[in-house]
This record gives sequence, C-alpha cells and structure tokens, in this order.
Amino acid sequence: MNLLMNQTLTRLARAAVVAAGALVANVAGANAGVELLPFTADSGNTASVQRGARNFMAYCSGCHSLKYLRYNRMAEDLNIPDDVLKKNLMFTSDKAGDPIKVAMPAASEQWFGRVPPDLSLETRARGANWVYTYLLSFYLDESRPLGVNNTVLVGASMPHVLWELQGWQKKAEHKAEGEHGGEHHGGSAFEKVTEGSLKPAEYEAFVGDLVNFLDYASEPGKQARISLGLKVMLYLFGLLVLTYLLKKEFWRDVH
Amino acid sequence: MAITPNPYKTTGALGWIDDRFPLTKMWKDHLSEYYAPKNFNFWYFFGSLALLVLVNQLLTGIFLTMHYKPGAETAFDSVEYIMRDVPWGNVIRYMHSTGASAFFVVVFLHMFRGLLYGSYQKPRELIWVFGALIFLVLMAEAFCGYVLPWGNMSYWGAAVIINLFGTIPFIGPDLVVWIQGDFVPSDATLNRLFSIHVIALPFVLVGLVVAHILALHEVGSNNPDGIEIKKNKDPATGIPKDGIPFHPYYTVKDLVGVAGFLIIFCAVIFFMPDGGGYFLEAPNFTPASQTNTPEHITPAWYFGTYYAMLRATPSFAGTQIWGVIVMGAAVVILFFVPWLDKSKVKSIRYKGVLSKTALGIFAVNFVVLNYYGLQPPSALVQLVSQIGTVIYFAFFLLMPWYSAAETTKPVPDRVTE
Repeated sequence: MNLLMNQTLTRLARAAVVAAGALVANVAGANAGVELLPFTADSGNTASVQRGARNFMAYCSGCHSLKYLRYNRMAEDLNIPDDVLKKNLMFTSDKAGDPIKVAMPAASEQWFGRVPPDLSLETRARGANWVYTYLLSFYLDESRPLGVNNTVLVGASMPHVLWELQGWQKKAEHKAEGEHGGEHHGGSAFEKVTEGSLKPAEYEAFVGDLVNFLDYASEPGKQARISLGLKVMLYLFGLLVLTYLLKKEFWRDVH
Repeated sequence: MAITPNPYKTTGALGWIDDRFPLTKMWKDHLSEYYAPKNFNFWYFFGSLALLVLVNQLLTGIFLTMHYKPGAETAFDSVEYIMRDVPWGNVIRYMHSTGASAFFVVVFLHMFRGLLYGSYQKPRELIWVFGALIFLVLMAEAFCGYVLPWGNMSYWGAAVIINLFGTIPFIGPDLVVWIQGDFVPSDATLNRLFSIHVIALPFVLVGLVVAHILALHEVGSNNPDGIEIKKNKDPATGIPKDGIPFHPYYTVKDLVGVAGFLIIFCAVIFFMPDGGGYFLEAPNFTPASQTNTPEHITPAWYFGTYYAMLRATPSFAGTQIWGVIVMGAAVVILFFVPWLDKSKVKSIRYKGVLSKTALGIFAVNFVVLNYYGLQPPSALVQLVSQIGTVIYFAFFLLMPWYSAAETTKPVPDRVTE
C-alpha cells in the first residue's frame, strides 16, 4: 500500500512537469479509451425487460449467474406466469425461490482463463451504456485464443456468444489505431465480414432488451422506488404548504 | 446555588415527575422559554436540519444493522440482501447512504453560517469548538461507514486512508498493521470499523451534540446582526426585547425548513440514490478485491477539499507525511477561528470589505478544491489544488490581520428586520 501511495505521488510529481493543456484529455480507462455508445437503460419498459430475461436465459445464463436475483422475484416483478417461468426460464433449478445460478461447472476457469463474472450488478458497476457498447463491439482478431476481441474490454476472455445473431465484424481498416485514443461512432469502427440472422437494427434492439433486463436485475426494486417516490413528493409538497401556513399563523404577532 | 426541585410548582402527574426530575424546567429552559433572536434567516435552518439528519442516521442505522453482516465474506452479500430481500431495505439503505452526504451538505452550510455571522466569537467559543469536534468525529464516522459495504472502492479507500498513518516516521508501518489488525485491509479491519461506526463514534457524536446545544443555550443564540439580544431586556419581564420563545416560533419555522429539506433529500433517495456516482460510486458495486485496483481511487465526495490538499502537498525529505500534516492542519485550524478573528463586530453585515472578500474567496475556493480533489491527477489539478490550499490557509492565518485592520460599520442596538 505504501507502494500505491508512492505510485500515486510519483505520478503526481510526473504530471506536474507536463504542460497542463496536454493532460486535460487523460480520461482513458475502463472503456479502453473507446467512446461508449449512448444508451439509457429503462427497466420500466416491462416488455423489453421480459424479452431481455428470455434472451439472457437463452444466451447468457449458461455461463453468467445473477446470484442476487431470485427466479420468483423476477417472475413477480416482470409479470411472468409460473408455468412460463418454469418451462422457459428456469434452467438451473426447479425451486422458484432459488437465485439464478449457472449450470456450468467450476472448471470453466480452465476453458476461458477466468470464471465468467456474476452479472447481478454489472450495469451499476460499469454503466448500462458500457454493457450495451461491449455487446456491440466484438470483432475478429486472430491474435486472441478464441479468435475474437473487444474494443471496450481489450483482451476479453469472453467468446462472441451472439455471433449467430450479429454476424462477424472486423475493425475498419481506415482507422489509424490509437490516433485519438478512441474512435467509435455508432459501430462505424467496424466492417461486416458475415451477416448474422438479425439485421443491425434488430441486433441493437436485442442488446438493448438484454441491457434493460440487466439494469432491472441490478436493482429489482427500482421501479417500485420511483413510483413510491412520486407519492412521497406529492405528500411533501403538501406538507411544505401546510407548515408554511402554520408558520405564518404563529408568526403573525412577531414584529 | 442548590438545585430546587420543581421550581415551577406544578401539580398532578406532572408535579409528581417535576418533584423528581426537571421535566418542566428542561422544557422551559430549552424550548418554551429559550429566547432566540427573532431575526434568524435562511442560514439558521441548518442546525436543526443537522439534528434531523443525525436522527435519520441513527434510526436507519439501527435497522441496517439488523441485516448487515460485518465480515469480509458476508458484508457485500448482506448489503445486496438488504437491497433486494429485506422489505423496505432498499429505502432504508438509501436513506442512510444519502443521509451521509446530506449530513455533510448541512454541516458545511451550518459552519459557513457560523463564519458569516461570527457565531464563534466571545462568548460562543466553546460552541464552535464542540462543533469543530463534531465535524472531526463526523468525518471519522463517515469514513468507517463508507468501508462497511466492502465494495472495491470501500476497500481501496480504506487502504489509502489507513496508510496515511504509515507516513508517520518510525512507528508508521507498525501503526498501520495495528490499526488494520492485519497486513492489508481485511476481515479484522472491517469488523473493527463496524464496531467503531455503530458504537464508539455515535456515542461520542451524540454526546458532543448535547454539549454543543447546552453551550448554545447557556449563552443564547447569535443572529445575522451579531447583536447580543440579552443586552436589551424588557425591564418588567426580563425577556430580551428582540427574543422570541424557541417554541413555538422556531419549532414551527424549522418545520418549514424540514419540509423543504425533505423534498430535496427524498428526491435523491427515490430518483437518484447514486447521486450521479458521487453518493454511491460505481466501483463499489464490485466486491472488494485485493488484486483489482480501481483505476481512479477517490474518497467520498465530502472529503474532496481535504483530499485535494493531501495530493497538492509534494513529498519532501523522503517522506510524504507533509501532505498528511497539511490535511490534518486544515481541520485543526478550524478550532482556532474564535481567536483568529480580531474584529470588533461579529456579523459580516458590519465587517469591512477585507473580511467580506476573504470569506467570499474562501467559500468559492472550498468548492473548487472539493471539485479538484475528486478529479484524476493531472498538472492542472495539481496546480489548482496547490493554489487552493494556500488560499484555504491564508483565509485563517491572515484573519488576525484583516479582521482588525479594516473599518467596520456601526452595529445597531436592536436587530434589523
């Protein structure tokens, strides 16, 4: 830890000698310098979140758990009937009160180089637009063990699970790499190699549903909290008026 | 003077109590016959609001503790358990996390009010000193609480702050191990911070708040004019002419403040509990990890000003302790304000242009430092922080000069409307 302090302070000292202007743009980091696509998650769009839940169970839940979310909580929040839940969405447990775990054995670390992370809080930890951009940014890269890399998370160990839907893409040739740190505008950084079963707009909507679902999973109580908040606001504005009138009444004799 | 039981000669059930406990006396001394100046303005809401937030923190804290499980293996999961499985758990947790930030907002404004109207001047020095102690304890309390969710920012924040002690010559490294109870922040660290957060510091905090209020009620409240209302009493009743009973006048007025505050407070709780990533930080939704360092470790937003000073101070003679000393001195210097201000008048209304300018610059500088304390390090951040640190200290250290040198305006006998 002293090491960390040392590093921080060394970095500070080094920064001090460099001209201020050149350093203003040092915001590179979690997104590997790539500009994230604008995406605002809406976990209140139940139809979208339902589709996202279906897609998550079909494509993601083999490797990624949602260990803080229970099947029946999800069903209740998303208006999913019991039989649909049991038949179409529950692959790792037959108890509706169980959390959403993975079917994959622990040996998966040897398959991918690391255990696929739990995604319960992914959108809160990284941001919904990060997850959205990540799922659109897989590209062919021969240098990687699985032949695929990601511009947002360079050296990602995850294969492009959704390739059948999106098709394969490669990095666009005309982009001089690293010229401006990040160059990613609406997928224009990529060129299609093979078409997927979904059109690009459909795939973006598919990913959007998935991210909306993950946003829901990161905080299942969010919609209830917002609708409660509106009632609380209404009450408090009433309270403000009443207390103000009360104050005025009491203060009439203060001169 | 001996204590006379039941000085107000109450009878019946109340009389029975008053013969044994000063209930009526306390009610009158602190509420119904505590005479406060009638000219309190907007700035005077923040004292009662600080008390409200303290109560909020204590109550929500009690309920959080019922389901929170301190321990490196259990803490993070238990917080998510509260957020998802405990009925009302998410609201209570957000009340507590937002309350921490609200506490600092309210306390900063409360302290600024003190500076504005010279509320620390004779005979109110001890009120200010108790207040500064409250601020100090509050910072320690907030730090301990920040660590408890055991997210990755909790972990690395704890690591950075505890390692500040490591800069102390000779004993530093051993001291860090002693504080942590381990060689790195760990289960032992988390458990002791939990103990300190829920038992030790709340006790101290409540005690200091009682002392703060008792000291205030002993001498009476200051006001925006900085006039001693006790100097002008009605000869018949002995009541200050510019005083009104705290209850009901200020209890009902403070209720308006409470309602207004709650609108903002609840808007955050229900609509943006993350506070734009400042009240709940994104990296803290990842469990603590010794191997995965967040790329940009920042303290909680309310430490920004002091963190900026820590980073602004260069290392010298092979040690970084100077930054720690500067940061500590920035808090310690607050205690001396009552004796640094040599002005003949209390309120900024009657002080001269030097004091007004100094306080204005200080306030802006405090906010600027806070902002830059949270930015990733760069030459610009470094430069601004260094200038800001100098301004911060200059405000206090030059106060004996500029507060005495300037021409003040005459203070009226009675408070103004």
